[in-house]
Amino acid sequence: MLKYLVQRLVAAVPVLLMVAVLVFLILQLSPGDPAAIIAGDNATDKDLAQIRQSLGLDRSLVAQFGIWAGNVLQGDLGYSFFQRKSVTELIFQRIEPTLSLALGTLALALIVALPLGTIAAWRMGGWLDRALTCFSVAGFAIPVFVVGYILIYFFSVRFELLPIQGYHRLNGWADLWPWASRLILPWLALGMVYVALIARITRASVSEALTEDYVRTARAKGLGESVVLIRHALANAAVPIVTIVGIGVASLISGVVVTETVFAIPGLGSLTVDAVLNRDFPVIQGLVLFFGVSYVAINLIVDLSYLFFDPRIRY
Amino acid sequence: MRGLKRIVPLAVLAGVLPFLQPAHAAEKTLKVVPQANLIVLDPVWTTAFVTRNHGFMVFDTLFGTDAEGNIRPQMVESWTESDDHLRWTFSLREGLKFHDGAPVTSEDVVASLKRWGARDTVGRLLLASIDRFDTPDARTFVLQLKKPFGIMLDALGKPTNLVPFIMPARIAATPPNEQIKEVVGSGPYRFVADAYRPGEKVVYEKNTDYVPRSEPPSGTAGAKNVYVDRVEWVILRDPQTQFNALLGGEVDIIEQPTFEQYAALRKAKDIKLENMVPNGRQFYARLNHLHPPFDKPEIRQAAMVALGQEEHLKTQVGDSDMYRFCKSLFPCGTPYSSDATSYYTGKADPKRARQMLADAGYNNEPVVLLRSTDLAMVAKLPLVTKQQLEAAGFKVDMQQSDWATVVTRRAKKEKPEQGGWSIFETAGDSDPNPLARPALNAAGQNGWFGWQDDPELEALKARFVEAPSLEERKKIAEQIQIRAIDTVSYIPLGQFFNPAAVRTNISGILPAGAQVYWNIRKD
Repeated sequence: MLKYLVQRLVAAVPVLLMVAVLVFLILQLSPGDPAAIIAGDNATDKDLAQIRQSLGLDRSLVAQFGIWAGNVLQGDLGYSFFQRKSVTELIFQRIEPTLSLALGTLALALIVALPLGTIAAWRMGGWLDRALTCFSVAGFAIPVFVVGYILIYFFSVRFELLPIQGYHRLNGWADLWPWASRLILPWLALGMVYVALIARITRASVSEALTEDYVRTARAKGLGESVVLIRHALANAAVPIVTIVGIGVASLISGVVVTETVFAIPGLGSLTVDAVLNRDFPVIQGLVLFFGVSYVAINLIVDLSYLFFDPRIRY
Repeated sequence: MRGLKRIVPLAVLAGVLPFLQPAHAAEKTLKVVPQANLIVLDPVWTTAFVTRNHGFMVFDTLFGTDAEGNIRPQMVESWTESDDHLRWTFSLREGLKFHDGAPVTSEDVVASLKRWGARDTVGRLLLASIDRFDTPDARTFVLQLKKPFGIMLDALGKPTNLVPFIMPARIAATPPNEQIKEVVGSGPYRFVADAYRPGEKVVYEKNTDYVPRSEPPSGTAGAKNVYVDRVEWVILRDPQTQFNALLGGEVDIIEQPTFEQYAALRKAKDIKLENMVPNGRQFYARLNHLHPPFDKPEIRQAAMVALGQEEHLKTQVGDSDMYRFCKSLFPCGTPYSSDATSYYTGKADPKRARQMLADAGYNNEPVVLLRSTDLAMVAKLPLVTKQQLEAAGFKVDMQQSDWATVVTRRAKKEKPEQGGWSIFETAGDSDPNPLARPALNAAGQNGWFGWQDDPELEALKARFVEAPSLEERKKIAEQIQIRAIDTVSYIPLGQFFNPAAVRTNISGILPAGAQVYWNIRKD
């Protein structure tokens, strides 16, 4: 187990290195000069040259990469070209809203999707199963922003039950309701897709497990249906579900730009979009590296969790 | 059991509902959705309008521009100009204090003007005219000139980019191409650095030490009275979310709604539209004078005749209340606008343009037209330009990218087919000063993108700088306009307005050359 862990961590190094080199090269070779954006409309060639120099963009590509990589190895992701803040500080400022959104969405999705998928598998072909299929199609087909706007219209504009936009930072118990009230609608909007996804995977995995010999044996032993479903079928179907939840966490951390925009949540998604539009190279590089590390870490956690869900797996 | 199943959800809902209350803004906090995310805090380092507006919150200016376009004193109490126009002596008002408690001194003013002068077009001209700065005492500063600088007050009181904001000398000592590291001004609001979260919100508190002038407020001049305790800029990117937040009372002002929203905003309850920048802005096209086909003035003129303002404005803005046909290069409503526009009518005339093109010997060289797809404010203009140029016989290659790529590419001097360009289009502000308009730069290879090389136009601008009276400057501005049209410095595509959407409980918004937030009351 420890050997496996070390192997996985070592294997992550070339992956992250490749991510770092690729993102650096793509950014440098793509059109768009941050100095031109900073300089604005009144700039002359001399201004542009001075700004490039002050940002270190006049150095060779190798020198720029060397400086950046050296700093990264010392835990320094650099400074934003525009914001006079370190990239680490910017990421930490934005990580709380993103994690609140991502983890809340997944928690909601699991609470709804696991029982829904399990029951649909148990009563395959029944009305609940068909309703789940319909819901899944809708969940995948309706864009998140459409669901978001509909929710905002009814819950915020029409009935004034919840705030329309923004994020309230969680600093203590007193902030719990202000924090949650601003996240309920984003959780619901984004959760729809994940409920659809996890419920479909759960249904497929549980229905497969229900055909296994050990389920027949459990029933033959006279165990109740709920015990058969939860302890035998669902527990054995856990591995694909955990995998999809892991992928969900990773993609939620790096890919909830639309939801963040609709609900004005200042998370990592909007930071990424702003950085890309402004060609804020240090921020983009830092974010991509951060997302890379997140993916590697989450995959590792998911792989390790297999040991818990399926004792037959050995590393 | 069945009854219980019905009761439980209702009970839960009943328990939760009392807590589900809408979020309302605090009584005296003005919540504004600014036109863009404020990521740069230094108004001398960037030309971003949002940073200029932030500058007006925090910093004060020596002079201001009133609603009629007149320059009025602001931090300055009195001033004199010597008879030979070479010595200007200014006295600061008493009681001016920076937010850190330090008094504003003449040393601070000189340091600020030097830094601004290194970055701004008009500021550069001013610095080039100055022989030396003197500071005989803490409240007096003297500008000793090498040659007359007739637009001195216009330069010091300009309402838009780059504005000569006054900073403490220690901050103004920051090299002009580096950002300042702290935001300390002497303006009507204090920037709350701890609460600043780029991409989320910017917080300003009332500067209780601010001593407003006694004159009534007008534009960026007069009394800067503050009637709210705090102003929060809430960053909302999505126009629909902005609209919902305004309807729900979560914000008080949307500074710059999208053009498509105005119809709905007009019908919305408790919402009014207020034009914060009455002169609006101007769309224009800039041509590349270095390479064919626009290296020939006759072909540039054919393009000018081919393009019509009405079609561009209708497509880009849509709502006719939000735009104005204006054939003057200097925006209509500003002091130097004039109807003397030579052959230029502002109306598309493809037949005449086609004839001019044939007479000029156009060889069917492709016109590389840059289009930014992500900057909604100008994204539709090139679509019309392409159609109108093609109708006149031009061969047009429209190349699409994001705005960041356009601003990078427009700096390239290579031929259009080698990564260069022929036309880009943008929106300029309505600064009345001809010298502040980058597209009137005709300094050749060292000048602005497009690299027009016209010593005659530059000489006219030099005369404009030295002209001592407004009447003389108006005459020269007209000559500048005619010369710029004859040589096609740029093609105006019309003037447009972006009124703010404001809740009806907000009053006192001042029309100015920039969006400013003093004098506003919230009932």
